[in-house]
Amino acid sequence: MHGSDAIGSPYAPHTDEERSKMLEAVGAETTEDLFDIPSAVQFDGEFGIDARSERETRRLVRSILGRNDTLTELLGRGHYGYYIPSLVDHLADRSEFLTSYTQYQPEVSQGFLQVLFEYQSLLVELTGLEIANCSMYDAATALGEAATLAERVRGTSGHRVLVPDILLEGRRSTLENYVAGTDLVVEEYPTAAGTVDLDALEETVDDDVVMLYAENPTVRGTIEEGLEAIGDLATAHEALYVLGSDPIALSLLQRPADVGADVVVGDASVLGLPTSYGMGLGLFATREDYLRQVPGRLVGASEDATDRRAYTLTLQTREQHIRRERATSNICTNQAWVALRTAIHAASLGPHGMVNLAKRGVTRAESLAQRLDDLVGVTAPIDDGRHLREFVAHVDQPAAPIASDLEKRGFAVHVVGDHQLQVCVSGVSDAKIDQFVAAFREVAR
Amino acid sequence: MTDDGRDESADAGQVRYDQARYVENGQYEPLLAEKDLTRVEIGDDDDSPLPDDLTRDSLELPELSEPELARHYTRLSQMIYGIDSGPYPLGSCTMKYNPKFTEDVAALPSAAVHPDRSERSTQGTLELMYRLQDYLGRIGGMDAVTLQPPAGAAGEFVGIRVAAAYHEHNGEGHRDEVIIPESAHGTNFATAALGGYDVVSLPSDDEGRVDLEALEAALSENTAALMLTNPNTLGLFERDITEIAEMVHDVGGLLYYDGANLNALLGRARPGDMGFDVMHYNVHKTFATPHGGGGPGAGPVGVVSELAPFLPSPRVRESEGGASEPTYELFDPDHTIGKVHGFQGNWLVLVKTFAYIARLGDAGLADASAKAVLNANYLASQIEYDVPYEPFHHEFVASAGEQDAADVAKRMLDFGVHPPTTKWPEIVPEALMTEPTEVESKATLDRLAAAFNAVADEDDDTLETAPDRTTARRIDQTSAARSPRLSWHALEDE
Repeated sequence: MHGSDAIGSPYAPHTDEERSKMLEAVGAETTEDLFDIPSAVQFDGEFGIDARSERETRRLVRSILGRNDTLTELLGRGHYGYYIPSLVDHLADRSEFLTSYTQYQPEVSQGFLQVLFEYQSLLVELTGLEIANCSMYDAATALGEAATLAERVRGTSGHRVLVPDILLEGRRSTLENYVAGTDLVVEEYPTAAGTVDLDALEETVDDDVVMLYAENPTVRGTIEEGLEAIGDLATAHEALYVLGSDPIALSLLQRPADVGADVVVGDASVLGLPTSYGMGLGLFATREDYLRQVPGRLVGASEDATDRRAYTLTLQTREQHIRRERATSNICTNQAWVALRTAIHAASLGPHGMVNLAKRGVTRAESLAQRLDDLVGVTAPIDDGRHLREFVAHVDQPAAPIASDLEKRGFAVHVVGDHQLQVCVSGVSDAKIDQFVAAFREVAR
Repeated sequence: MTDDGRDESADAGQVRYDQARYVENGQYEPLLAEKDLTRVEIGDDDDSPLPDDLTRDSLELPELSEPELARHYTRLSQMIYGIDSGPYPLGSCTMKYNPKFTEDVAALPSAAVHPDRSERSTQGTLELMYRLQDYLGRIGGMDAVTLQPPAGAAGEFVGIRVAAAYHEHNGEGHRDEVIIPESAHGTNFATAALGGYDVVSLPSDDEGRVDLEALEAALSENTAALMLTNPNTLGLFERDITEIAEMVHDVGGLLYYDGANLNALLGRARPGDMGFDVMHYNVHKTFATPHGGGGPGAGPVGVVSELAPFLPSPRVRESEGGASEPTYELFDPDHTIGKVHGFQGNWLVLVKTFAYIARLGDAGLADASAKAVLNANYLASQIEYDVPYEPFHHEFVASAGEQDAADVAKRMLDFGVHPPTTKWPEIVPEALMTEPTEVESKATLDRLAAAFNAVADEDDDTLETAPDRTTARRIDQTSAARSPRLSWHALEDE
């Protein structure tokens, strides 16, 4: 018997006859004889999980997830939903992409290696830095890896890792876990109106700082104007200048290499993934000087025996499976398939599409902020400066009940203060934005 | 030799296999950048909504039509060997067939919610997380589970951080050593080091298991934890596990279970019952969720109740109160280590995992494990290479003897199968670490064995020049590392 009629796993294609022959070949009476588990630790209970048909399982998952409300999400703060071209799903779901493993045998993995090489190339173009790895888990873990890199490459001693006081809690907490095994301590520097307060930062930085982290745009959606000056401060104190961003922002905003960044981290899943409850794709790019200290996998070009160009995982002596406790990172499984989705989405947009998407992020955010600002009881944006995708609005009424009322009308926004809401335009249609403004008018007065 | 230079000898008694090979302008498939590069000027662009000093000058990337892209990526996909292409007995990596319906459930629009949505509006997501935590707890014999770690190594890191937090909480912060068997996965060592621990490496005994005398010597009041996988990487069950657990607990250490080999035990033994305090689950191995060419995976972590207060935040629990339908909420454990991922890990992978477990149930999971073990034993019985350590479970390590295991692997590619993991664990010379998993039929195992045996009879000249049926021929890995070219920008001068 095969398939769904079999008792047991429907994905283990043994007939009774075959199983008998196999047992005979290995000299065992039953499959259970092959298990060498002392009776003291044998499990004779049950998990209590009922098997279901495929149709029943689909129905179950659909019914559970069906308890989620359908809302228009005007949410951002590090995780963005953009429209994803059909091309991305159809190509990325080809089973060779989905069902292969890490490319330890490059001769049969050229397709995936080339995709990852092209993904690395995309990040090199976007950041202006010489090298990029082919993924970390997400922006937060990439930031953590940047800190351990800083500890390894900085010539002088030092302990302080400086981050903005508006850094996302998830990023800060993850960073603290990554440096828990080192002498590094994470400290905050002040921001003003959603961007770095340069004067206050200058007071805070000293020679004990090994890494200075800034983001562009900031978590409040504000475009940073002092990137070069921040870099100068880092350089003056021999600290690694780490910049957080994402591929859409990098398509338009100042090139990290031009403002002195040593490392760029961030979430690249802004292209290619829907709002998947925070599932990400950590981007990591840096200078060639730090090549041998980079965490994660690298794909390099080489030649095969016919002298044609071929790709392979390279510099693996940095990695855990070779270097063990002296590895640059413990990462093994990464986010290769998400990198594939990002690469296809970026290729689908092309350079004009990417730049235009970023420009639209600026104009639509500014336009929505203006429309909200026109409402009674709302001031938007409350931060000075320019915005990409999102901004913070002040509401005269308490913010939480307004957000709750908006949710009842089908819209999700962030509550970021007693009287502050944050709103993001990515992936939201113009028609939905019109409806949102109308709903906001109702609830804010 | 055929017209295209491919070796016909691999056809005897075998499925003929030629991997796709496109050649255009001397390249197998040109890079997108070799097809087009278009520069967009931004700095002097009147349409820019931003002043020049806030923008980059230009952006240069390929700009191709959708049909051109569809062909590019389709061709690339054809130049990849996946589990849907054929057997993939990559030891310790557990390459199983991935049921297709799990992709469909993970693609449900209701699965894609923003992580900052309110608890009230995401009851479906929270319920599925709660149920999966519950499933995993039962399967591992653990009291509490977090789903947050985005991979197995990230799960290990949670385990190490939880152990550190637990010891610190008990005034035992001086414990600075983690003991790891020499044959363990490299991630164990790297994770312990990342957590700030000194690694104490533990040799194996003559039978390939933990050497109890060496363990006794390694244990001390400085021991924070012992990291162990069971069955170990030789596929051998650590029969002395109860004694090992007692020894570790007697000095106040914790026992960590590396879940990479859990698929050998489903329904027959549980880490919690063996005395493990903390474990991670490799859902992309044990529960047949796709590896995606190297991720995303997910590495949920289970702990005994004493360690639950230290798990990452937030976790999911059932809300109290008299609602007719159960409701769920997020909460922070009392002494949480904080977060190890910006949000809640690789959520879509967890949806696939839940669907897989719910589909198989008790009987299916136990059956998968039984047939994985049967398949490994059967395959080992059919190959000519020596298998020095037994009785193994779901995987075994053969020795290529006088042959170079890496060359053996390259030659196996010509027979249309993926080779085993090679040269690891180092206990076995020229190791061929093989794990067929439960998804292969007897016919496929026979074909795999024939490939092993054909290669076993071949001379060094044949092995050293293999493969030739694959897209690329043998690749020069040394020059790739010596003069790294890591992007198309690095190729421009050539």
